[in-house]
Amino acid sequence: MRSNTFGWLLATAIAAFSSVTWAEVPVPKPAVTIENPGECVAPLEVIRRTHMDLLKHQRDKTLRYGEHGAKIKLNGCIDCHASKKTGSVLGSQENFCQGCHAYVAVKLDCFECHQPKNGMVKSAGAKP
Amino acid sequence: MSDHTRRKFLGAAGLTGLAGSGLAALAPGVHLISLAAAHANGASSKVRWGMLVDTTRCASGCNACVTACATENAIQPGTGRPAQSSQWIRKIELNEFKTGRALSLPMMCQHCEQPPCVDVCPTGASFKRADGIVLVDRHICIGCRYCMMACPYKARSFVHEPLTEQNPEVPRGKGCVESCTLCVQRIDKGQQPACVEACTKNGRSAMLFGDLNDPASEIAKRIATTPTSQVRADLRLNPGVRYQGI
Repeated sequence: MRSNTFGWLLATAIAAFSSVTWAEVPVPKPAVTIENPGECVAPLEVIRRTHMDLLKHQRDKTLRYGEHGAKIKLNGCIDCHASKKTGSVLGSQENFCQGCHAYVAVKLDCFECHQPKNGMVKSAGAKP
Repeated sequence: MSDHTRRKFLGAAGLTGLAGSGLAALAPGVHLISLAAAHANGASSKVRWGMLVDTTRCASGCNACVTACATENAIQPGTGRPAQSSQWIRKIELNEFKTGRALSLPMMCQHCEQPPCVDVCPTGASFKRADGIVLVDRHICIGCRYCMMACPYKARSFVHEPLTEQNPEVPRGKGCVESCTLCVQRIDKGQQPACVEACTKNGRSAMLFGDLNDPASEIAKRIATTPTSQVRADLRLNPGVRYQGI
């Protein structure tokens, strides 16, 4: 009987605690601005789920086989989705790549090497 | 079921499995052929990109190739630790003690036909493209630096610190090994490497870039008619970069 009461108390405490936790830390939905709305390279639901696979597939073809001019490429994402304010897909939670990745807590490694800004001079005497 | 029939059954199952896997292998095979066709506009194994450096035209103190490389590939001077900064191309001054003959030449990745960096790479990140350009796949480079030890030309550098202002066409980042790419992003657009262009613009024309496999190309003609040498030819790596006058 005693243990039963204790069990009830514990359950109530956990329920109360967890409800408080849930209520106090809401994760805001990412407020992503699409700077250049229009046709993406694939339907939205495909892009949302498989953009990483599409990019990975293409990166090997470009790097290892020197195949350029593909429809799906990281620079393509940046050209359309870089923020008009900062010119970048990173930098704040409002910016395209960082906003979603922060929301789903997935580390974004691409831009440790790739340039996240658009409008950078490409090749032929690129200025760093 | 007796043991005999059971074995028969398993054998049949195995056969079916083999047939299944054969079919599965056939599908990727077909896929590979279609990929090969798609790559026709990419790097071709018919081409072997190479470079000829005429050291008699290369001037001591001229750094145009190094500067052009740094500009094109966004190689910053470093963060106060010069020993750690990347060197894709460097100028080397040679002096012969007995005669006093002085030479100046650019040294960079020699784009070997048998690259030791590719041999030792544990992940397959170091690779040679079909057209002979030796590259690092930074996506799978773990930064172990075996290739740096294996390279007889000291051509590779390791990126020690985070980078920010990359050329969008030349991704570079911390934790990876890198070296001269022969400006692959320019070659794929039909342009010359930045160093070669700068050398020509500077009036030296000490560097000549082209297809070693094409007998009609200027570089192939020069190599066929003038004595040129490979650095450390004894290693039989058959570098794509050749030197004249050393």
